[in-house]
Amino acid sequence: MTAAGTATQDQDRHTVSARGITKAFPGVTANDGVDFDADRGEVHALLGENGSGKTTLCKILTGLYRPDAGDVLVGGNPVNFRSPADAYDAGIFMVHQHFSLVSSMTVAENVVLGWQRHKGRGFNRRQVEDEVARAAERFDMPVDPRAVISRLSVGERQRVEILKAFYRGARTLILDEPTSVLTPQEAEQLFVSLRRMATEGEAVVFISHKLDEVSALCDRVTVLRQGRVSGSADLRSERVDARGLARMMVGRDIAFARRSRSAPVAEGDPALELRYVSALDADGTTALHNVTLSVRPGEILGVAGVAGNGQVALGEVIGGLRKRTAGEVRLRGEPLPPGNPRAASDRGLAYVPEDRIGTGLAPGLTVADNCVLKSFRQRQLGRGPFLVKSRILARTRRLLEAFNVKGTSESLVRQLSGGNAQKVLLAREISSAPQVLVVATPTRGLDVSAMESIRGLLLEAAAAGTAILLISEDLGEILDLADRIAVISRGRIQGVLDADGADPEQVGVLMMGGSLEDAGASSL
Amino acid sequence: MRLRSEIGVPEIRFEKRLKPPRWLGPATPPIAVIVALAIGALVLWASGRDAVDIYQRMARSAFTNPGAFSNTLIAATPLLLTGLAAAVTFRMKVWNIGADGQLMIGAVLAAAAGTFFGGRSLAAVMALMILAGIVGGCLWASIAALLRVYLNTNEVLTTLMLNYIAPLILFYLIFNSTSYWRDLSTQSARVFPQAKTLAEDAFWPTYGAAAAVPFGFLLGVVLALALYFVVRNTRFGFQMRVSADSPEAARYAGISTGRLLILVMLLSGALAGIAGASQIGDVSHRLEPKNLQLATFGYTGIAVAALVRYHPIGIVVSAILVGALNNAGFNLQGPDLPLGLIGVNQGIILMLVAASEVTARYRLVIGRRARRGDRAPPPEQATLEPGASPEQGTSDGTDERPRQDARPGEDS
Repeated sequence: MTAAGTATQDQDRHTVSARGITKAFPGVTANDGVDFDADRGEVHALLGENGSGKTTLCKILTGLYRPDAGDVLVGGNPVNFRSPADAYDAGIFMVHQHFSLVSSMTVAENVVLGWQRHKGRGFNRRQVEDEVARAAERFDMPVDPRAVISRLSVGERQRVEILKAFYRGARTLILDEPTSVLTPQEAEQLFVSLRRMATEGEAVVFISHKLDEVSALCDRVTVLRQGRVSGSADLRSERVDARGLARMMVGRDIAFARRSRSAPVAEGDPALELRYVSALDADGTTALHNVTLSVRPGEILGVAGVAGNGQVALGEVIGGLRKRTAGEVRLRGEPLPPGNPRAASDRGLAYVPEDRIGTGLAPGLTVADNCVLKSFRQRQLGRGPFLVKSRILARTRRLLEAFNVKGTSESLVRQLSGGNAQKVLLAREISSAPQVLVVATPTRGLDVSAMESIRGLLLEAAAAGTAILLISEDLGEILDLADRIAVISRGRIQGVLDADGADPEQVGVLMMGGSLEDAGASSL
Repeated sequence: MRLRSEIGVPEIRFEKRLKPPRWLGPATPPIAVIVALAIGALVLWASGRDAVDIYQRMARSAFTNPGAFSNTLIAATPLLLTGLAAAVTFRMKVWNIGADGQLMIGAVLAAAAGTFFGGRSLAAVMALMILAGIVGGCLWASIAALLRVYLNTNEVLTTLMLNYIAPLILFYLIFNSTSYWRDLSTQSARVFPQAKTLAEDAFWPTYGAAAAVPFGFLLGVVLALALYFVVRNTRFGFQMRVSADSPEAARYAGISTGRLLILVMLLSGALAGIAGASQIGDVSHRLEPKNLQLATFGYTGIAVAALVRYHPIGIVVSAILVGALNNAGFNLQGPDLPLGLIGVNQGIILMLVAASEVTARYRLVIGRRARRGDRAPPPEQATLEPGASPEQGTSDGTDERPRQDARPGEDS
């Protein structure tokens, strides 16, 4: 076969390609000479840490950004996408992390909403519903075309987004971290559908920083690091394990700290106890209902659940940011007054809220100011009503050093990377030598290296005897770190399992609102 | 959108400066004043007047004529104090627009203190007048503060309405009653109501040889410096800064936000009340309801503070600027120069200074593409991204986007 023949064959296989894409933002080269191909019939993973350039590349492929240099090729020909509409014409669609669905409309209405073909005209509802149903069946993505979006679960909404793309003629589907909002079961189901799409000859690009997903699902993987392609592999022919992928992503070996199972089970009186705690959301609906939990010194209790099932309220009620409507919270046996963050922190509660920048940290203030956000009343930081800056700076420097935070005391928190901001927050909270540490989604959105160090910090704190309540939507993280797992669903604790030997499937059943009997597990 | 680019109309849009140069912030207001004077000159020329001559006369009557600078400082004093009053609450996103009323009630009590304690040493009288002014301002501000904290009443509405009530009290005291404040000593004063005048030995002093600097102005400068220091270096100021930056973070840090709000409102009321005391002690020496009502010092103070983004030291400068404009306008008006035209020029200056703040943080981009490598990643809200349909506008999951300040009105 001639070289020209091979080239033609390649062109046939690629739906969309990037050649030498470079894109710079002030201070950052997000993409630096990136080559990438999406092929028919494959699920292609785009793997990389936060800030490695994955999303920028995909935004260039879908016409949201324009490259500074390099070409986007469709069918082997360079194209110049001026807008996402041009990319749609080329069959390239992206499903973003935040869905763009009108929640008061039906699935079929959302599918046609704003689509050129229907512009200015009515649409044949029956016909659209049939088409959506056919597509749903084709990819094994059950969804009722007549259902109103607001009634659908997050997983179903994601299916609607995907079906919308295929209805509009997608041949290349790009998914931006699609599993971050799903339960393990929903993720499994999504994988089945994505495989089906590949089998049907479509091209699927899967953006992720979760290694196990990539090795389980994808045919090929392209790894980005600091804007460049740092490695690629054909997983169908090569054996690349998670460790190898991590090395490509980070450029060194990653060792995730895990809870040692041989550690003695924590004993003694609970450091943190919740008894029949209920609380409301801002709109008056139930956020927590009769939640009873206890954490002993040195123990990590993981609270697992799908996002939006009362986790935020749980952290806020313990931290004193939200008033409870019933029940009590005890810290070392002493009841905490409701809605009083200062009392909670004075009695030895450290709290890393889900909203790190904005609640846990004041973004417009300096790192030094944020390091004394709670301790500014301490006598040793000032004289009388005055704060002494040199003492604040000395404490900040100690913290930054001890917790290995990059950045100076004078930088504003909003200028820090997500990982460093979270480290500042954890450094401040852990350094107060708390009895109890409540952490909400401590590693969400962080890259692998930051995740590694945050996890390490939590385990160290537990080893030092702190009782830790780990509220997380990342089940893998909870399985790795926690001693026991409490599963929360619609504000209720569905059950508490021993983490040793816990089956993710069982936990998933509880996360969906099932009981321990449904999950076939023995209660603790 | 595509249609537009085919015709070749260049796009005009604002892009956020990721790192505004350090000098740009302080430099923009003076530049804005110069640009405003140039635009104002065009207006004057267009109406057939000699702009250069008028500007010279303005400068003379605001600064260089005998006594001119003193009058500028007298005009600036209440604006400086009400400007500080506005700044302490506005920085915290508490909108106390009631400095006007707080000033008036402060003036009422200060006038009473001045007449009641007249005859003692000047220092004692002044101290008592200032204290009375503080009490009056705090009293009036506390109504709105307590309503806000305990009944969640919008402080914009309550302080605004209290601004209407305060002058009615003044009018009642002088015109509709035989109150303590009213001068009943002479026959004419009984027919034409007026307030008691301070004894001359209770008039506040002025300082300086070249220009008489009123005591109230000096007090305002000291308070501005003190405020600057307190915000930066005290535990109370720390709470203010945290709360101003993020109320959620303040609550999280165990700061009692309700208590802080009341304290800040009282501080604001106290500053406005001192402005009222200064009006009595420095300027009018008696309660003059009509003049106080017409002056609207409280509202002008908001503009004075906003011009420098609520920076206490900057307020000293902007109060002098606005005071000079008022003073010059007052002197220049005449048959050849209607007051309206002076108002136009003042308006242009104030508007450009206020608007220039945007240019310190955004740059204007004309043309299809930004300068390479110098362009902020599209801040979807601020930039009209070509062809960005609502669907794409929501792509918030960008992990590559450098952190940036998305909130306007933020101070360094």
